[in-house]
Amino acid sequence: METIVFSLLNGVIYGLLLFMLSSGLTLIFSMMGVLNFAHASFYMLGAYFAYSIMGVTNFWIALIFAPVLVGLVGAAVEKWGLRKVHANGHVAELLFTFGLAYLIDEVVKILWGRNAVDYRVPEVLDFPLFELFGAQYPAYRVFILLVSVAMLAALWFILNRTRAGLIIQAALTHPHMVGHLGHNVPRIFMTVFGVGCALAGLAGVIGGNYLVTDPAMAVQMGPIVFVVVVVGGLGSLTGAFLAAMLLGLMQTFAVGIDASFADMFGWLGLSATSEVGSITIASLAPMIPFLMLVLILMIRPRGLMGDREL
Amino acid sequence: MQSYEHLAPSRAVKIRQRFVPFVVMALVLAMIPVFDPSRTMYSLMAAMGINIVFALSYNMLLGRGGLLSFGHAVYFGLGGYAALHAMNAIDAGESAFWSNYPVFMLPVVGFAMGALAGAVIGWPSCKRSGVPFAMISLGVAELVAAAGYMFGSFFGGEMGVTGDRMVGPQLFGLSMGPVEDVYWFIAFWTFVGTLGIYAFTRTPLGKMSEATRDNPERVQFVGYDPNRVRYLVFIFAGAFAGLAGGMAAVNYEIFTPESVSLIPSGLVLLMAYIGGIRYFTGPIMGAILLTYMQSMLSDYSEAWLLYLGLLFIAIVMYAPGGVAGIVFGLLDIFRHDGAREVLTRRVKQAVGVALAFTGLVILTEVAVRWSNGYGEVFEPFGLHLGIDTPLSWVLIVGFFAAGYVTLRLARNKEEETA
Repeated sequence: METIVFSLLNGVIYGLLLFMLSSGLTLIFSMMGVLNFAHASFYMLGAYFAYSIMGVTNFWIALIFAPVLVGLVGAAVEKWGLRKVHANGHVAELLFTFGLAYLIDEVVKILWGRNAVDYRVPEVLDFPLFELFGAQYPAYRVFILLVSVAMLAALWFILNRTRAGLIIQAALTHPHMVGHLGHNVPRIFMTVFGVGCALAGLAGVIGGNYLVTDPAMAVQMGPIVFVVVVVGGLGSLTGAFLAAMLLGLMQTFAVGIDASFADMFGWLGLSATSEVGSITIASLAPMIPFLMLVLILMIRPRGLMGDREL
Repeated sequence: MQSYEHLAPSRAVKIRQRFVPFVVMALVLAMIPVFDPSRTMYSLMAAMGINIVFALSYNMLLGRGGLLSFGHAVYFGLGGYAALHAMNAIDAGESAFWSNYPVFMLPVVGFAMGALAGAVIGWPSCKRSGVPFAMISLGVAELVAAAGYMFGSFFGGEMGVTGDRMVGPQLFGLSMGPVEDVYWFIAFWTFVGTLGIYAFTRTPLGKMSEATRDNPERVQFVGYDPNRVRYLVFIFAGAFAGLAGGMAAVNYEIFTPESVSLIPSGLVLLMAYIGGIRYFTGPIMGAILLTYMQSMLSDYSEAWLLYLGLLFIAIVMYAPGGVAGIVFGLLDIFRHDGAREVLTRRVKQAVGVALAFTGLVILTEVAVRWSNGYGEVFEPFGLHLGIDTPLSWVLIVGFFAAGYVTLRLARNKEEETA
């Protein structure tokens, strides 16, 4: 019972972080067809910016300004980089962001060093909020939950209840028509790219001190973000949300399960000392996302909720 | 009936384009030991040979087949592992077959293993093309990389699998011990691999793979199944990657699970693309350039990956033809009128790029030393460039500005002539 409740809570928080990271990519991918390889690098930039801003001022200022800065960097990348490559097709765009991820990694290593930086949870939030089954639950995790839900609500409101959101939604599916109606489509693209990167940056600000802030964080997160977007489906934020939750919960629960293959398939004659038998479910946790990715692409290329195939 | 024979290339053209380059390559490979290279040069050339075959095999997918893969190192790694296990079988004399198998022929084992892996993994991957294919290759690569640490009996855990190449019967009197022997081994298989991949592009399957890249729908109308074409090409690409893996197994005598991870997969993508994926020789140039950068530049600068990333982005943005595109573009200039004008413009552009790049190098090197915090400073040509020396910033801004102005001038000229 205890494990289940804690896994559930942690899984939901991890899932929300994943969603915050991938919501921007889903928007960018659906609208521009660009699978942004550097998206997780913007997440990393968010964490590092927050760390630096926090060194000068405090966490709350960092919470606001770090994502804005990341968004500006993203918009600049779109305007002076991606837009030029666009003419050469989607593969060129994918490769451009691939190179960009290399570049951001190296720049981060030069500016902030190769080791993890000491980006900490602010003291105001560094206390146990409540006690459950004799174990304390940190308040910061609940803070992550609140920020994610607030962001989710804001995103939903903007996309569904404002004029700008309607234009963006239209541009997701019919960019040419939106252009004919007199809207500046390149500028919409730039804005969406910037906002998407800012969301990744926000995930970095609140996730960087929850997880670890080091130059490897982008490489670790990058492929998982792709999985969320692909599994969720093109053009569907709901799908991305479901996929992120599913992944978050599955991974957290898998880590908590101590059983090995021998325990599960012992009745087939699999011994605990054999190589396959000694593999535990917990050690399979990092593989789950990629298994999902391959299976979804083979069985249901539209993803869970996508409105069209990749 | 109309005859199309006059459209076929003449005998002279065929010889010049398909025969002479390989004779030249064989001669160059055979002549290199005459100059008595140092040990470092030998090991650098061995790495180059391996990467040439690896990058060429990757280009069978990306350049010729239009399939962007993020997991090509899987076939390289599996081929290498198979070759190493075979090497150990030779050492142990496990059976009559293995005890009579020369180490020299181990790349054949890698080739077979690569083909097998390509046949197994390619079957689900090749049902889709484009971005879904890229994503599947990424997922498969991550899965295999994770499995690498799980199945110790094949991958050898974190330590990897090691072997000894000086075992078994000798072929061509090569004991495989000294670097000179290994050089002949690498040179032979580099030549065979290059020739094999070139021969593949000349087969009907190779031609169909290019057609599938350009217009899969039309390929279907002609009566071919694009997925089947992609699948077959995928198997061959995996096989040649396995061949390169087999070469690496003999050269390094060790393989670790890292060799199937995303990092080498990304590197081979960079090699092929920077070299130029539209030209057969492109990946060869890319492999030579990147291997050189990897081993030489990493001695000079810690930030060599930064330069690599910049080079890659610059190629994607401004020269999609890659290094080969630039080289052949320069050769083309002389065949047209007004070569002089074009040439001066290119020279101006090159000067501008070089100036801006110098500024960038100074900025990076100063920043790297500051970031390390050992109190080191960048000292080129006896200059003392620290982060707080005004001279460094004058030089950085000066070089950038000079480069920008030169590029601007070149562009204005271009607009005038256009």
